[in-house]
Amino acid sequence: MTARDSRLVTRDLVVVGGGPAGLAAALAAGKAGVKDILLLERDQYLGGILNQCIHPGFGLHRYKEDLTGPEFADRLIRETIDLPGLEISLKSFVVKLTGGRIVTYLKPGLMAEVKARALIMATGCRERTREMIHIAGTRPAGIYPAGLAQKLINIEGLLPGREVVIIGSGDIGLIMARRFTLEGAKVKAVIEIQKGSRGLVRNVVQCLEDFGIPLYLRHRVALIHGRDRVEKVTVENLDSGARFELSCDTVLVSVGLIQENELLEMAGAALQGLNLTSLPGVFVCGNAYKVYDLVDTVARDSEQAGQMAAEYLRK
Amino acid sequence: MIKHLTCIACPNGCQLEVDEAGGHVIKVTGNKCEKGAAYARQEVEDPTRILTSTVLAKGLELKLVPVRTSQPIPKARLFEGIAAIRELKLGRPVKAGEIIVKNFLGLAADLIAARTVHLPE
Repeated sequence: MTARDSRLVTRDLVVVGGGPAGLAAALAAGKAGVKDILLLERDQYLGGILNQCIHPGFGLHRYKEDLTGPEFADRLIRETIDLPGLEISLKSFVVKLTGGRIVTYLKPGLMAEVKARALIMATGCRERTREMIHIAGTRPAGIYPAGLAQKLINIEGLLPGREVVIIGSGDIGLIMARRFTLEGAKVKAVIEIQKGSRGLVRNVVQCLEDFGIPLYLRHRVALIHGRDRVEKVTVENLDSGARFELSCDTVLVSVGLIQENELLEMAGAALQGLNLTSLPGVFVCGNAYKVYDLVDTVARDSEQAGQMAAEYLRK
Repeated sequence: MIKHLTCIACPNGCQLEVDEAGGHVIKVTGNKCEKGAAYARQEVEDPTRILTSTVLAKGLELKLVPVRTSQPIPKARLFEGIAAIRELKLGRPVKAGEIIVKNFLGLAADLIAARTVHLPE
């Protein structure tokens, strides 16, 4: 069966994304009276990025407890999963969105189309890569976005390297400095181009200072060396121009996130005020709306998106 | 003696000024809440951290089960804890919060599962 000969199903609310934003939005919409919700998640599990964030620091506001990412996800999933009228569709990858809120998605063995009376996009972010920050040098193996390294270690059980230099002091990079260190790798340095860390100060303390990892502020990696595998990096002091080298077999890049809003762009929707787009009935929440520091805030704001969708459907 | 600490109890990251003598805290200032005073006392007298890692799964739906200590453990024993976790294998399904090792490293803290992991479908 193809989408063409299937009859177009209409659902009251379609939520795209089963991470913390999508779950909180679906939960709040359900609580606000929406009786027919389809949640589409491309992975085979709910929880999104929380599943690979095995460190603590989540949930202090929402659950008044210091939880790890998977625990926060577990609680939010248990709150949400039994909502009457909620259908969760895993391994469901949305490939097309129209301004008329027609959502096309792929699922193993089928392509389906659904018309949403209201739509919430909770598609999160992806990482910026080495290619986007213009670091000179060769293209050896051993250069990873920090979040990918996090997935390799925490989900796949693979240690990507033994001697690590981290570019950028975003929270993911700081968290991974500690994770690599605990797993027996040597983290040589974190290199930050700005005057201060981009991550939370608590992460500088508990991820770098706890383990004696140097943080070089106002420095940049000027060159990556290595033919097949990373061998070393050249680090430059941005104020004095002085340069030094650090040998390493791995470079992590933690230089920010990009919102995954290609589907909204495809539909001709622009982001507006909190959770709003330029299209009526189309909402956006979580990291797809803006890059958040805390999942507790994501959940709070995303619940508001669920309520806004419920309100829209009542009109 | 005055020590300067950054509180890690929450994302505020308060800058604490800790007046201490002989490893004991006399006064804490700069904290926005009680957690800050408690953190300063703990950090000066006996620094602790929650340890998180993963345990190898055998015959479950995931390759790894994330685990954590149920409460903070001495900072000086983190690597010992990681070495102990690396020796573990888990062959039974677990629920988030379930105890994997009671009195981990002989401490009051338990090692608990951080995620519900089922048998494969």
